[in-house]
Amino acid sequence: MKRYTIFVITENFIGILNRITIIFTRRGINIDALTASESRLEGIHRITIEVTASEDTVIQLVNQIEKIIDVIKAFYHEDESVVYQEIALYKIPVSRLDAGLEKIIRQHNAKIIAAEPDFVVLELSGHKEQTQELLEILKGYGLLEFARSGRVAVAKRMLTIDSFVK
Amino acid sequence: MKDSMIRGADIVVRSLIAENAEIIFGYPGGAIMPVYDALHDYHDQLRHVLTRHEQGAIHAAQGYARVSGKVGVCIATSGPGATNLITGLADAQIDSTPLVCITGQVASHLLGTDAFQETDVVGISMPGTKWNIQVRRVEDIAPAIAKGFYIAKSGRPGPVLIDITKDAQTNFGDFNYEPCLGFRSYRTHIPIEKSAIQEAAFLINMAKRPYVLFGQGVVLGGAETELKAFLEKSGIPAACTLLGSGALSEDHPNYVGKLGMHGNYAPNMLTNQCDILIAVGMRFDDRVTGDLKRYAKQAKVIHLELDPAEINKNVKCEVAVLGSCKDSLALLTAAVNKNTYPDWMAKFKELSDQEKATVIDPDLTPTKPGLTMGEVIHQVNKYKADDAILVTDVGQHQMISWRYFNYKKPRTQVTSGGLGTMGFALPAALGAQMYDFSRQVICVVGDGGIQMTIQELGTIMQTKAPVKIVLLNNNFLGMVRQWQQMFFDKRYSFTELDNPDFIKIAEAYNIQAQKVSVRDDLQEAIEDMLIHDGPYFLEVVVEKEDNVFPMIATGCSVEEVRLS
Repeated sequence: MKRYTIFVITENFIGILNRITIIFTRRGINIDALTASESRLEGIHRITIEVTASEDTVIQLVNQIEKIIDVIKAFYHEDESVVYQEIALYKIPVSRLDAGLEKIIRQHNAKIIAAEPDFVVLELSGHKEQTQELLEILKGYGLLEFARSGRVAVAKRMLTIDSFVK
Repeated sequence: MKDSMIRGADIVVRSLIAENAEIIFGYPGGAIMPVYDALHDYHDQLRHVLTRHEQGAIHAAQGYARVSGKVGVCIATSGPGATNLITGLADAQIDSTPLVCITGQVASHLLGTDAFQETDVVGISMPGTKWNIQVRRVEDIAPAIAKGFYIAKSGRPGPVLIDITKDAQTNFGDFNYEPCLGFRSYRTHIPIEKSAIQEAAFLINMAKRPYVLFGQGVVLGGAETELKAFLEKSGIPAACTLLGSGALSEDHPNYVGKLGMHGNYAPNMLTNQCDILIAVGMRFDDRVTGDLKRYAKQAKVIHLELDPAEINKNVKCEVAVLGSCKDSLALLTAAVNKNTYPDWMAKFKELSDQEKATVIDPDLTPTKPGLTMGEVIHQVNKYKADDAILVTDVGQHQMISWRYFNYKKPRTQVTSGGLGTMGFALPAALGAQMYDFSRQVICVVGDGGIQMTIQELGTIMQTKAPVKIVLLNNNFLGMVRQWQQMFFDKRYSFTELDNPDFIKIAEAYNIQAQKVSVRDDLQEAIEDMLIHDGPYFLEVVVEKEDNVFPMIATGCSVEEVRLS
């Protein structure tokens, strides 16, 4: 079992995400994280799925995803061959802001993106290990709310989606 | 409103006509009523068959599609009408049958409000369709139907569902039908890689004991001639899967029998002795392979397959030849040496003789008093036409019919293979017969399965489709009973049936019927049935507790195939 990133390049049609996810649920495989967005080409969506599985399983998943009529291309990568990032938001009560916390924010390269009378919101982008580390620390600062995005990723190899979209 | 504008419902019907649909199977209801109203104007161009249940409609469309090679069409209303199609969709999906199913849907302003007869049929049918779509605007109807037909019949065929809201059916729009010729996310033609052909030919030319397994892909790809040419040049023995039957005549010298759980002895045993295994248009179903860990481990596998998702899914292959087997077989035939394998062929013969003595002879020419299912099929073989179509349900009678029916022509085998849908046969036989009244359609069913869709006798009565129904009655759910006997200490839990008088039922539907319970009456009854002009119902009372052999029990290897 390893962590893989699956990229799906797809037409932007209703229900396509459902068609993709049932391929995972059918085999009882959990999706660790999923993000969907428009690609740089109009009308074409890009879905990034993070999954922990054996390579054999991932190959079969990718083949079955690619078989979906409105999917243009699907492929998978190991962590080493993608550049990826996640974003995390942390809501902290203003009352807990002190010099210690300021130091932590600096050390982790986090930033304050909103300040309200009762709370501040910190933002940190990075790999899961980094955002998780800050989460553990902030639990000691009365953390009110935490949210982390799925992975956004680009492949390291020099292949663009234009070659699949003709 | 322009004069040229027509109702969405008329667009539905005219689109079907534009796709050369000749016949559709369906059942009306509230949300599809505008389409039924439109059908009234076109019944000289598009025939509609009213089944007695939506499941009957979709199985009939499947039977029609399997025999004709065309897209089967069925229509149903929203809600329960649509959900009654689900079994047929799943069946067509797993058996790669091209279908276009059109369902009515509540008006678009009611979607998501739990309106009367509203169900999320696009959501429900998603795993059981190759493609589905909901159409909410009149201008999207024709393009959706065009795309649906294209998807259903191209590539690896499959079922498509198009859900059309009632307001889209009643609104007016222009009709300029443009057939779908392809689109960017869906590629149907895979050019054959020459290097794969070379690698495959190299392995085959070196082989001492090569072996071909062929499946329905040969039929779907229309590659029967190419398969025959390949086998005749290469000299390789060939066995078929359940749905591959008919792709090669059983009289062909290279034909060695059937694969799988209730296939023939030699083809299963020798799977584990070949050195090169050439799989053509088949997907290594678990009912074919038995225990995968002990399946053909000694062999190098060459897989000729159209669907990339089937490569290495169940059995890892040495060489994958992607693309239509019609193309790849032709190229491979050119690349392989002319050869014969007399010693290897003799092995098949030797094991086949064992099966004949222990299983086949007692099945076909029994000496005990009770009738066997095998002897019924044996008699059918004597009188049937070469191109007779055999439609079967699911269970013991299905396996026995498959084992003993003499398949000679392509598209003569109609059965629920992958899904194993009891209740499939009667409506599928009706659909097969509706394609061509001049063909013999023989529908073999069990007493369990026929009662799942017995209402379709009404459709047979109304259409006068001359289906020959052979009911093999053992007053048991026979296959389950066999498993209970073999693996559950003979604890016959809820498998014995108190049956109705089937002859009275058939006669109530105005179908000529006859019941046979002794051997002396069998031959004449089958002759009578096959020469009868019109539908016929023959009930044969067979031995209650006969078993189907050979058998590879679940979890066993192909070489553990049992003869008793």
